[in-house]
Amino acid sequence: MTTVSMTVNGKQVSADVAPNTLLVQFIRENLRLTGTHVGCDTSQCGACTVHVDGDSVKSCTMLAVQADGADVTTIEGLAQNGELHPMQAAFKENHGLQCGFCTPGMIMSAVDLVKRNPNPSEETIRTELEGNICRCTGYHNIVKSVKAASENMGG
Amino acid sequence: MYSFDYERPSGVNEAVSAVGEDDKFLAGGQTLLPTLKLRLAQADKLIDLGGIAELKGISVSGSELSIGAMTRHVDVANSADVKSAIPALSHLASHIGDAQVRNRGTIGGSIANNDPAADYPAALVGLGATVHTDKRSISAEDFFIDLFETALEEDELVTKVTFPIPEKAGYAKFPNPASRFALTGVFVAQTAQGVRVAVTGAGPCVFRQTDMEAALSSNFSAEAVSGIKTEASGLSADIHASADYRANLISVMAARAVQAAS
Ligand SMILES: Cc1cc2nc3c(=O)[nH]c(=O)nc-3n(C[C@H](O)[C@H](O)[C@H](O)COP(=O)(O)OP(=O)(O)OC[C@H]3O[C@@H](n4cnc5c(N)ncnc54)[C@H](O)[C@@H]3O)c2cc1C
Ligand code: FES
Ligand code: FES
Repeated sequence: MTTVSMTVNGKQVSADVAPNTLLVQFIRENLRLTGTHVGCDTSQCGACTVHVDGDSVKSCTMLAVQADGADVTTIEGLAQNGELHPMQAAFKENHGLQCGFCTPGMIMSAVDLVKRNPNPSEETIRTELEGNICRCTGYHNIVKSVKAASENMGG
Repeated sequence: MYSFDYERPSGVNEAVSAVGEDDKFLAGGQTLLPTLKLRLAQADKLIDLGGIAELKGISVSGSELSIGAMTRHVDVANSADVKSAIPALSHLASHIGDAQVRNRGTIGGSIANNDPAADYPAALVGLGATVHTDKRSISAEDFFIDLFETALEEDELVTKVTFPIPEKAGYAKFPNPASRFALTGVFVAQTAQGVRVAVTGAGPCVFRQTDMEAALSSNFSAEAVSGIKTEASGLSADIHASADYRANLISVMAARAVQAAS
């Protein structure tokens, strides 16, 4: 067992974990934050995307011990005072989800992409979301949602 | 994943003395962790290189660009130094995998792994780079030996890669649509020592295409290479592409790389 401490959605957390605990396991099983999903075994689907020190990463491809001391944001950390984050609101408004399984990862990636590209073109949105797979929507409304959110986020 | 111990040293010497026979260095984990998860590999202990500051960073001195082993793909892609010294290298790094992979994956991990379809090996061989380890310096051509095989010894640690700055260089890859790994990628460079053409993804290991090098030496243009064929025997064939298809891609990607060269 190794002790890990990190900040998750603004709260300091600490636990003893086995070194082979993935960050996503720590988030879902220790912290009971089940908004972060696991959609594959091969690090390809992006459903598990969270922010670690501001960068989007696949939490299924990082050990909890590697996040020791880090600042982590999950989908649960986006809404402020009961208000959806503009990216969440845009997905709702533009029908950017169907079953919703990919949505937490999609939104975490999208927030990071708009931070790096404040006024993204459709092409930028599509290439920047290459690490996130959706089995339902055909992506079209996801792209529309991200575009709309980028405008609302003051891009 | 099987269970393992974990250590996070803060210096190169400490890391090298910590590594035992059945242990592995952990860099960005973007290859190692998926392999461990699928139980395709096993380690007694992972030695996390993430806490070693001296392995990170990019610098330019005179005619040489130096990139620390633990420098992430995203940092190479965005570096102003890389963009001005070797724009083709920044372009290459910005097309590895996806944003999340680039936020974790490192140059040291990529070359130590030597995936036959990885992008960096083409840049290292194409530019005539040198791989520095805790023990020695190895020329890129001697470093990449075969499929997933390098000149590294079990306990040897890549510390940095140095690239001579070329007159111009370009990289073009045909990405596997699912993984973005190179189905075939060609790196072309015009250097003080002549023209170099390195091919990744097409065979079991990166290699130089010397017929194209000769043609480009007398005429550095896309037309000079687009007609040059590569022998398909020995190239890789799988569900994604036949050896003939890859052989053809080498000519197409080489022409695009020359066109993109700056
Ligand atoms: C979805 C996905 C898509 C990808 N697409 C691409 C792509 O398009 N192109 C591409 O090139 N790659 C791609 N990759 C691979 C990615 O670039 C990896 O980051 C890289 O291959 C390994 O780097 P790492 O830092 O993650 O190393 P790790 O996974 O941590 O380590 C890999 C191996 O190298 C060893 N190692 C690590 N650092 C050192 C060191 N300094 N000295 C000695 N040994 C060391 C480790 O022990 C391990 O055996 C992809 C990966 C994923 C998951
Ligand atoms: S669960 Fe699929 S990439 Fe992490
Ligand atoms: S909405 Fe169902 S997977 Fe994307």
